[in-house]
Amino acid sequence: MVGRSIAGESGTIPHLTGLMPCRILAALFSQPPGKQSERMSPSQSSVDENPLIDIRGLVFSRGGRRLFDGIDLSVRRGEVVAIMGPSGTGKTTLLRLIGGQLRAQSGEVRVAGESVGDLRRRALYRLRRRMGVLFQSGALFTDMTCFDNVAFPLREHTDLPETLIRSIVLMKLQAVGLRGARDLYPAELSGGMARRVSLARALALDPELMLYDEPFAGQDPISMGALMQVIRQLNDALGLTSIIVSHDVDETLSIADRAYVISEGQVVESGTPEALRSSQSDWVKQFIQALPDGPVPFHYRAPSMADDLGMGRS
Amino acid sequence: MTAVLQRMGASTLAVLATLGRATLFFLRVLLGVGEMLRRPGLLLREIYSVGVLTLVIILVSGLFVGMVLGLQGYYTLVDFGAEQSLGVLVALSLTRELGPVVTALLFAGRAGSALTAEIGLMKATEQLSGMEMMAVDPERRICAPRLFAALISLPLLAMIFTLLGIIGAYLVGTAMLGIDGGSFWSQMQAQVSFVDDVLNGLIKSVLFGLAAGWIAVFNGYDCLPTSHGVSRATTRTVVVTSLVVLGLDFVLTALMFD
Repeated sequence: MVGRSIAGESGTIPHLTGLMPCRILAALFSQPPGKQSERMSPSQSSVDENPLIDIRGLVFSRGGRRLFDGIDLSVRRGEVVAIMGPSGTGKTTLLRLIGGQLRAQSGEVRVAGESVGDLRRRALYRLRRRMGVLFQSGALFTDMTCFDNVAFPLREHTDLPETLIRSIVLMKLQAVGLRGARDLYPAELSGGMARRVSLARALALDPELMLYDEPFAGQDPISMGALMQVIRQLNDALGLTSIIVSHDVDETLSIADRAYVISEGQVVESGTPEALRSSQSDWVKQFIQALPDGPVPFHYRAPSMADDLGMGRS
Repeated sequence: MTAVLQRMGASTLAVLATLGRATLFFLRVLLGVGEMLRRPGLLLREIYSVGVLTLVIILVSGLFVGMVLGLQGYYTLVDFGAEQSLGVLVALSLTRELGPVVTALLFAGRAGSALTAEIGLMKATEQLSGMEMMAVDPERRICAPRLFAALISLPLLAMIFTLLGIIGAYLVGTAMLGIDGGSFWSQMQAQVSFVDDVLNGLIKSVLFGLAAGWIAVFNGYDCLPTSHGVSRATTRTVVVTSLVVLGLDFVLTALMFD
């Protein structure tokens, strides 16, 4: 088990510190030039009253089901925050609400002070350039090589010369340990490798906010451990803010600063990993200790078994 | 009875909603024109995959349709002793109708279905969603170049089809049926009008290109992101494009030629 201590080791990994210069380069060449000044330095990360993400009274329903019923959640700059909950609680939906792909029915989602739901298209796209998203599937472009996948956001959003793009892409691939796989197509990668390439792509534009959708699902133990380290170290070395949506409790809690547990559209519990582990709530206990029985039912809502089998009728 | 009415109402509403989405989608894609002009490479790549790769089927079909038209036309015309007018018959049939319509139908099968499947699969594998989150608008980056590639390619393909058809008829007529080559061409030149026949045929194929591109790209973009959804969308592209092209052709013919 990798403990919280890895956060302190981030400086010892040379390839991550090697990423720092390209942020400055990208800032120099990025279009339009004024945009990068909005970026805040990691030193501001301790400012509490100005969280990077602030969600208030979020209500969202889809397909007649109320996924979120008044959720409050905030993420401070520089933090790694985990959002956990059983499958189907809408964790991915929450990421889409933060990214502005879905709009809340009521309540507010503020990212970097801007209310995402009210943004017009242009402003929303500008905000998204400051976010990186790691999709559960990786969402790599299947007709491009790994290199071109990572280069894609750079080519779309900057006028960097090709030689510089090459350097940045190789540095990003190096950070996820896949510099040697640059000429492979996504179909030639394993699921874990594809997700790491996708991570390199999400980092290409040096985002200030990283959203991870189930980063550990389906990873073998070795790449799971590597990925956990990378996520934590990237966050600290580059001064990012990270949100991890996951139900891999132990892995997520071991690298998160704080965690929210969501169920039935409500935040059930929130706090540091230690606080969650010692929580007295039956629900949280069941979730964190992975007990099959407890307040969370195993069965999806259904009529009684006898009725369904036609035995209840007289 | 009420259930039937209800179902009819529901499916009518669904069709209207789809039409509305398609219209809005088209307008949003049109907004991507500026970006496309700034990056002509994107458009050229799509013209290659939509247009150039469709050439083989267009060339071969054009040649054979022309050859068959030459044979059939000859058998009919020879009864009236008018076989020297074969060039006129073939050229008018091809420029006015067969060129634009058959090309559009072949295009729907070869390129339209591929466009729908490509975009649909990109949607199903979250590539479009990922692109959106990378602050790249897929409607402009993916859909606009493909739609305009179809719009540009189809008229060109229709012209090539027509040309090959005429050559096919000429070969059959002169080599097999013993028609005089000089009268084949001179009668054609005298009877076929540039504005009435060639230009009208071209206008038709431009409109067919717009319809084919729009239907193909929208169906891919609007499909259910599942394997069944993609396969249904692909089929729908071919069926809807064919029907729209045939219907549109009737309307245009009624308006253009009197």
